[in-house]
Amino acid sequence: MRLSLGRVFLFHRQIIPDALVQKRKNRMGINAIIMGAALCVILPILFVFGSFLQPEPEIWQHILETLLFDLLINTGVLCIGVLAGTFVLGVGAAWLTASFEFPGRAIFNWALMLPLAVPTYVTAFVFIGLLDFSGPVQTFLRERGILSAQGFPNIRSAGGVIVVLSLALYPYVYLLARNAFETQGKRILEVSRVLGNRPAKAFFKSALPMARPWIAGGLTLVMMETLADFGAVSIFNYDTFTTGIYKAWFGFFSLAAAAQLSSVLLAFVFLVIFVEQRMRSKMVFHRMGRSDINSERIKLNGWKKWMACLFLTVMVSVAFFIPCLQLFLWSMKAVAVELEGRYIGLLIRSLLFSGMAVLVIVALGLVMSYVQRLHPDPFTTWVIRISTMGYAFPGTVLAVGIYIIITVVDRSLIWTVKGVSGISMTAVFNGTILPVLFAYTVRFLTLGYNSIHSGMLRIRKNLDETAILLGVTGKRLLKRVHIPMLKNGIFTAAVLVFVDVMKEMPITLMTRPFGWDTLAVKIFELTSEGEWQRAALPSITLVLAGLLPLVVLGKGGKRSFL
Amino acid sequence: MKRPFHRAVFFFFLIFFLFFSDTAFSRELVVYSARKEHLIQPVFNRYTKESGIQIKYITDKAPVLLQRLKAEADNTPADLLITVDAGNLWHADNEGLLHPVSSNILVANIPRHLRDPENKWFGLSLRARTIVYSTKRVKPEDLSTYEALADPKWKKRLVLRTSKKVYNQSLVAMLIKEHGEQKAAEIVKGWVNNLSTAPFSNDTKTMEAILAGQGDVGIVNTYYYGRLVKKTPDIPLALFWPNQASSGVHVNVSGVGVVAASKNKAQAIAFLEWLSGGAAQKLFADANMEYPVNPKVPIHPMVASWGTFKQNTINLKNAGEYQSAAIRLMDRVGYK
Repeated sequence: MRLSLGRVFLFHRQIIPDALVQKRKNRMGINAIIMGAALCVILPILFVFGSFLQPEPEIWQHILETLLFDLLINTGVLCIGVLAGTFVLGVGAAWLTASFEFPGRAIFNWALMLPLAVPTYVTAFVFIGLLDFSGPVQTFLRERGILSAQGFPNIRSAGGVIVVLSLALYPYVYLLARNAFETQGKRILEVSRVLGNRPAKAFFKSALPMARPWIAGGLTLVMMETLADFGAVSIFNYDTFTTGIYKAWFGFFSLAAAAQLSSVLLAFVFLVIFVEQRMRSKMVFHRMGRSDINSERIKLNGWKKWMACLFLTVMVSVAFFIPCLQLFLWSMKAVAVELEGRYIGLLIRSLLFSGMAVLVIVALGLVMSYVQRLHPDPFTTWVIRISTMGYAFPGTVLAVGIYIIITVVDRSLIWTVKGVSGISMTAVFNGTILPVLFAYTVRFLTLGYNSIHSGMLRIRKNLDETAILLGVTGKRLLKRVHIPMLKNGIFTAAVLVFVDVMKEMPITLMTRPFGWDTLAVKIFELTSEGEWQRAALPSITLVLAGLLPLVVLGKGGKRSFL
Repeated sequence: MKRPFHRAVFFFFLIFFLFFSDTAFSRELVVYSARKEHLIQPVFNRYTKESGIQIKYITDKAPVLLQRLKAEADNTPADLLITVDAGNLWHADNEGLLHPVSSNILVANIPRHLRDPENKWFGLSLRARTIVYSTKRVKPEDLSTYEALADPKWKKRLVLRTSKKVYNQSLVAMLIKEHGEQKAAEIVKGWVNNLSTAPFSNDTKTMEAILAGQGDVGIVNTYYYGRLVKKTPDIPLALFWPNQASSGVHVNVSGVGVVAASKNKAQAIAFLEWLSGGAAQKLFADANMEYPVNPKVPIHPMVASWGTFKQNTINLKNAGEYQSAAIRLMDRVGYK
């Protein structure tokens, strides 16, 4: 018997006295649906793994012999560099704004998230445009004789990519780390300070370990983004493992080889996540004391407060304001050729896709983390683990996997419809926006799930027990007890999904219905023709649109979120 | 959450679903295009105006579109596939995705080396990949052929775009076809040795590097040069037509094929024939400052001002056939 969502909720409307019966049905119902949804999401991922059925020895041999060593070194250097960079920037900024008082703190709180709205490929092309040998900065320095032709470090190098990706990706770490510092309760720090630890020691001894799942979650996102990135590294012409994947497909026309290489990449990511989770599987991260009690931030004095202010100003400027200013200047030049009425449509469709994806992904992420909380059995854990892996695949490869699944489903539906009613159709789902939403879910589920799940970890189990004893179970438990306590996590999830969907390129390109071009599609079209300056106009529009949820949250969520 | 909210969300999705699950109606053609919207839309609009046939299109990278056609198989809505190079068309044909078209109009309008010998695909606009040099630091007498750029006298003076771009893969594929793999490898190795800086991600950056003095000579598609000249007319860069005494300038095409699973082939072929004719050719080529494939169609005045040249007339299908060999070769000699 298949249960519909509505019917499951009906079960919980009737208050059945026997809590055990309730729990049993609850398990069958919600679990079945969520597992069903999770399995759907797993299908395209399994498809990519399935590529191993079609061996491509020649391509593998070529890659092993001529490319692999360099690719692995490059990828390793990039990954370690970006992880270190985002850790220092993200955790540092989060710690400063969460625990200290200094001029402009409230503004930085919010402004530090801004680079989230800028796609990495945009940051990359702006920095290359500004800082490369032929760019305005080096030209200026050479013409004034301040610098010899070789005096400036080469931006198109490992260092350059690391800096650019760190600046573009640190907000993932910042956002989650800040969430952790704000929700872990101030008391733990106060205890540590009372015990005679200086703020720095209190940070390393108590705050940092207590924030571990959050920081690990943020760094995992950064690692996945870095490993799956193709846009930024190809602008730098810096060859990583992803370059090999694209070469297998776009050069050797072997999707199978590309999918196999992606699977290897994914296995690596998976291993890292697994080990990290294992290492902390026995730890608990519950909140100590009430976080809403206003405990005083430490006031920084004298030069220290200005240093904090200066550090964050430089960081936000370099990561956000300078690229935006450059985009703005380029757009001014391109506005005459580029701007037309269709931009309204592009903008609206970008917003629509993002908005709908947020609804679907956040809801699914929430229910999944709830199911995981109620039934932390190995099966549920593994299903969730696999269904949140889509983020680590290079977008294009995953897009094909998804697309093939959609066409297979479509074909069987067409066949059924024809058999039943005699009507012949060419498409059922394909060409609608459902595949797009499905594809976004496969890719971004981890953003929705992880942000909410780490919030769940803060809620003590005895709270659930108390609620259940009081007769609050199932959906009402989630609604009345968990959701109010998860507001932070839900907002974080919504923001991340919104901006990431807006920036997303390959999946949108492949699954969008006719005429459903978005801002990201426009950027793709212009940049792939080498029209970088014309691409500045859709880019700046995309950045501004991506700021929307940040502004809304900054205004509406002052108390709960920031 | 209140119930009406659930309902609103549900209807929100339902309406979109119904609205966009329309099936194709007859007076329209569907194009999958790797050539970007701003370069095809004017041509499509013109055709709609003349014939009343609507054209729907999706743009993406060519290999992705190929995969999409494969996945959709018989249910594909696509009638035509447009790419920006011949190699991708050759691969599409190799996968059995294209339908042969026998049309006297196409044969008359498009030179033999710019279309498939079995008439599976046809070039629509010609793109020359040629040498560009700094007029301040290079005398044109010093230049002769692509092969000569491997000469040590260009040490630390050559700038190139990445080998991952299909244009360079086609160029090297044609070198392999002409000289055999060993000689081609020596030439490309020579280029790599002469590089003054790591390869760039696009042709525009390559030319900007020459302007800034990072190198003296490079290889680019002419329309990128055209864009720069349009912005700054007195730019100290010029094009050189290599291999005039031998094989001719390397050319590629932005081309089109009729999709094998198209349900609308007659209309698709009619459109294809129109595309090879005068008005369409002019629009198609001028949109991107390329050369029309149809020799009877006048070239854009600015493009014409760069002079005439002898083309390499080896059939372009070789670009597809030798692409894989070309990539391996470039990987081996360390051309990034």
